[in-house]
Amino acid sequence: MAQITGYIFDAVVVEGDTAFTLPALCRACGLDSKQLMALVAEGVLEPAGSTPQDWIFGGPSLRTALAAQRLMHDLEMDLSGVAMVLDLLGEIAALRSQLNRSCAMADGWTGPAALR
Amino acid sequence: MQFQDYYATLGVERSATPDQIKRAFRKLARKYHPDVSKEPDAEARFKDVAEAYKALKDPEKRAAYDQVGNKYRNGEAFEPPPEWGSGFAYSGRGDSAGDETDFSDFFASLFGRGGGRHASSNTDGGPFGGHAPAQGADRHARIVIDLQDAYRGASRTITLRVPAVDGQGHAAIQEKQLAVNIPRGVRAGQHLRLAGQGSAGSGGLPAGDLYLEIALNTPAPYRLDGADVYMDLPVAPWEAALGATVTAPTPDGSVQLTIPPGSAPGRKLRLRGRGLPATSAGAAAGDLYALLKLGLPPSDTDAEKAAYAEMARAFPHYAPRGALEA
Repeated sequence: MAQITGYIFDAVVVEGDTAFTLPALCRACGLDSKQLMALVAEGVLEPAGSTPQDWIFGGPSLRTALAAQRLMHDLEMDLSGVAMVLDLLGEIAALRSQLNRSCAMADGWTGPAALR
Repeated sequence: MQFQDYYATLGVERSATPDQIKRAFRKLARKYHPDVSKEPDAEARFKDVAEAYKALKDPEKRAAYDQVGNKYRNGEAFEPPPEWGSGFAYSGRGDSAGDETDFSDFFASLFGRGGGRHASSNTDGGPFGGHAPAQGADRHARIVIDLQDAYRGASRTITLRVPAVDGQGHAAIQEKQLAVNIPRGVRAGQHLRLAGQGSAGSGGLPAGDLYLEIALNTPAPYRLDGADVYMDLPVAPWEAALGATVTAPTPDGSVQLTIPPGSAPGRKLRLRGRGLPATSAGAAAGDLYALLKLGLPPSDTDAEKAAYAEMARAFPHYAPRGALEA
């Protein structure tokens, strides 16, 4: 196997340490500024700052904006539809988390085979 | 290369109208869209469906496809006609659907890799972009890592398929390898950024960034909830009743766990800070939760049966179905 030489890139966790300006988020998610401004107006994205020039989006905005871009692009959805789907997906994720937190089997029973 | 029956992928007849094709695509796209679907192979199915639709929705592409499609059946070995060279020439319309690097070799042999790419995609200053100086486009890829790697950090070599333009101006796909340090504590669905590793810029402007979406390969018995890790921990009835110290696996090695006396099934034992580690100094590490599950010992031998009989005598008033009685 060929040996990989050269530089090893240190990756930065976007959700932890990164903030985006409007143009940077446009570049990262593939939506244009008009579309992102509409997502802010829908309450899907909540940047800090009062005007689009000052907006700072937190790292987790990337994931939301990418999902919005895919839904708009792949399913040809409009913005209010995207906003609703993202809300519902958030609700499903919360329910799944709840399910994950509870016991896999409701009665905690493993049956006789488990301890053999 | 195998022939792909795009009509079969969309579940329509060869004689289907554009409207029927669109309806079939919409329906399947909703079913398999990776953001919405929980079907295990949703991503692959969605790609197939999107590729089929891309070929069939454009009348020119559909005509070209039908020309060869009449001679093949789904899955049959396919050789592109020699006169096609590097791809069927077609004008392409202004749709920017999908990333051509995602499409199958079969699609590329018919239509070329770069074909159909919108010439003025606002994010693309790369090989298919316009001529004005532009910062390189950001690129995206997905990387699957094991839960253990998320606990400990890992270094990985990833191979990217990137579009490039050769000397004659033809678009081609090249492979590019990158070694990446994956920080510990990274969670499913988070993104890693590699600055400057996206598409090249033009006119002296910088390259874009590369974003890697993290998928975590989570083996049984673990389940994830953000940074918290959950697992079911089977215990014997006497361990639950009398208390015990047991050895429990965690993604980061075994730990000794104290089961308090009188524990009921479903009791949640928390191991603080034993979930996914924090990615940055200010953040908190997740917790590991062990949910007790009661195991039932076998009753095969005479001694085992006697133990159960003894237990029955010891609990004359135990009413397992008490709650069911009116």
